[in-house]
Amino acid sequence: MPQLIKNGALVDDPWSLRRELSSLAELGTGTREIVSLPSWLAHHDALIARGNVGVWLAPDADPEALAADVGTLPLVAVDFPAFTDGRGYSIGRLLRDRYGFTGELRAIGDILRDQLFALAECGFDAFAIRSDRDAAAALAGLRDFTGIYATTSRTPQPWFRRRKESSDKPVSAGGE
Amino acid sequence: MYRYDEFDQSVVDQRVVQFRDQTQRFLRGELTEDEFRPLRLENGLYIQKHAPMLRIAIPYGLVSAQQLRMLARISREYDRGYGHFTTRQNLQLNWPRLEDVPDILALLATVQMHAIQTSGNCVRNTTTDPLAGVARDEVVDPRPWAELVRQWSTIHPEFAFLPRKFKIAITGATVDRTAALVHDIGAQAVRNERGEVGFRVFVGGGQGRTPMIAYTIREFLPANELLNYFDAILRIYNLHGRRDNKYKARIKIIVKEMTPPVFTRQVEAEWERIRGGPGTVPDDEIERLSGFFTDPPYQDFARDSVAYRAAIADSRPFSRWADRNVKPHKRKGYAIVTLSLKRTGTPPGDATAADLDAIADLAERYSFGEARVTHEQNLVLADVLQTDLHALWVRLQELGFATPNIGLLTDIVCCPGGDFCSLANAKSIPIAEAIQRRFDDLDYLYDLGDLELNMSGCMNACGHHHVGNIGILGVDKNGEEWYQVSIGGAQGNEASLGKVIGPSFAAADVPDVIVRLVDVYVENRHEDERFIETVRRIGIVPFKERVYATAH
Repeated sequence: MPQLIKNGALVDDPWSLRRELSSLAELGTGTREIVSLPSWLAHHDALIARGNVGVWLAPDADPEALAADVGTLPLVAVDFPAFTDGRGYSIGRLLRDRYGFTGELRAIGDILRDQLFALAECGFDAFAIRSDRDAAAALAGLRDFTGIYATTSRTPQPWFRRRKESSDKPVSAGGE
Repeated sequence: MYRYDEFDQSVVDQRVVQFRDQTQRFLRGELTEDEFRPLRLENGLYIQKHAPMLRIAIPYGLVSAQQLRMLARISREYDRGYGHFTTRQNLQLNWPRLEDVPDILALLATVQMHAIQTSGNCVRNTTTDPLAGVARDEVVDPRPWAELVRQWSTIHPEFAFLPRKFKIAITGATVDRTAALVHDIGAQAVRNERGEVGFRVFVGGGQGRTPMIAYTIREFLPANELLNYFDAILRIYNLHGRRDNKYKARIKIIVKEMTPPVFTRQVEAEWERIRGGPGTVPDDEIERLSGFFTDPPYQDFARDSVAYRAAIADSRPFSRWADRNVKPHKRKGYAIVTLSLKRTGTPPGDATAADLDAIADLAERYSFGEARVTHEQNLVLADVLQTDLHALWVRLQELGFATPNIGLLTDIVCCPGGDFCSLANAKSIPIAEAIQRRFDDLDYLYDLGDLELNMSGCMNACGHHHVGNIGILGVDKNGEEWYQVSIGGAQGNEASLGKVIGPSFAAADVPDVIVRLVDVYVENRHEDERFIETVRRIGIVPFKERVYATAH
């Protein structure tokens, strides 16, 4: 069973995640490879020439390091060492909103169903569900809410701007 | 007050569905305790000493009669018939069953209430001035802004897992009644010389283990930039706040480590990049929100009530109550009444289901169907006719909410402490009661005047002990409960942190210590000088000498 959710569906993952990489020779030929930011920066030109390379960011990475490359990178992954470490949400927003990254933005690490909605709002469109969890069941997490208030990457217009287009009327509280 | 539209209702309803599913998965073993904990906390649910504790949000402390009745019903049907009002203007239930919580949240949603983000490492319930809309010193009504912030912060996806909890207070008056300077963010609505509304923004205040007074990050923020600026502050905090040590994870620590000028530069740079963007609040949105907080249909009076004046002259108990528990209203002929939840023998801030129902009735009869919760854990009826005050006082006496002690030593701010809370090092409720019993002479209390005594059962400072004129902190010494005493703390515009007077005391000695502190004040005070002013003038040494001279 695939563990990757992309664009709202379970898919096979064509990418290999290289958490550690001691030399470029470890990379396969014709494969799709996700390398760390230090690896990317160290072998920048060679990896661009190779193609089919994405970069994963640790939560303390500054996404500005990819500012010049976002136009060419097909994939950026952000690592969540623990689901309670929320730095990656801001990194996602910066990649999308500030640096204009339009490729696949993948959440990796401790990725669980209950964080998918918020991750998606912050610009993530791919989720590598933790291997011991049911990725098919996790799909439901994308639908926890039909909308929220704040300005987000997925919904740049906050609710107070969208509200004008809707015809909501105040409703009285129920109960007695 | 604000009324949900279909969208607001859908957010809260969907949150209930989400949490019901999460609870069921936890009970089936599909979520581990570690995975479930942050989820339940962000829905207000703690696992306490004896039972779960559910903290229900009362956004900016404003509650309707209908909502009070629902709180009463829930406490009756799902708890033990009482609740505890907190220093964040929320209500805590101490005995719900975990498996019932989704049903409780569903009931709350029917009256436009929730428990979203009342705990956890996220933006908590935003607090505001309990006198909002009726205070004479108000520059801008903070409630539309507080509602705006409630909506923005609710399930804000970027800030769901901050390094630590995050508390925001918003005030619109010249006198701060929100303790804004001990919040992660305090925002004070002001007008500039052109009459435009904006906010003075404070950041990096807080209590807890490392108490700090906030610094002013911006003197004047254009009002419609409020959410952009908050986004900027929170983004810098989310990215750079410390996550290696939970005791160093609040924003105040990163502000201190970066230094305020550097932190300010980062926030301002971040703000410049989103300034004027879609998060800028349009004027018509503020008008829409303000439309929910217009004046109720007041009667017009040319002057204050003569009958009220006469009743004050007539009865000393009534005049005492009027002096301590009634505040002037912006409209002639009206008054603001504080219901004291600080009668001796009842834990500070506690109310029974019957109390909540009775207060709902009083709110409907005397105050346009609304009440407010204060961060000092009392309740306010904000729009009472002066001609009704005597009748209301009579009824409040029957109910036990007429103790004329607002702002006095026995109006103790107090966390639930070791009787309930698993974080506590020591009990707080029995100590509060012992102090109240020692100071049972109303004439004496009244003569002492304004004196805020705040007590917390542990470092986390839910009882705001750092900003008590007298602060008491429960500490653990080799498994025994001891109490550390500080003086000189204050909330408000001149907020200050108390200084510890010396080694801690056994529970039985605490009332004596308070008596000695008060004696030093009485002997040294200048005419009309409040306790805090005397402490500031003469310093803590005379207090310290008196307390320890005979205690050891």
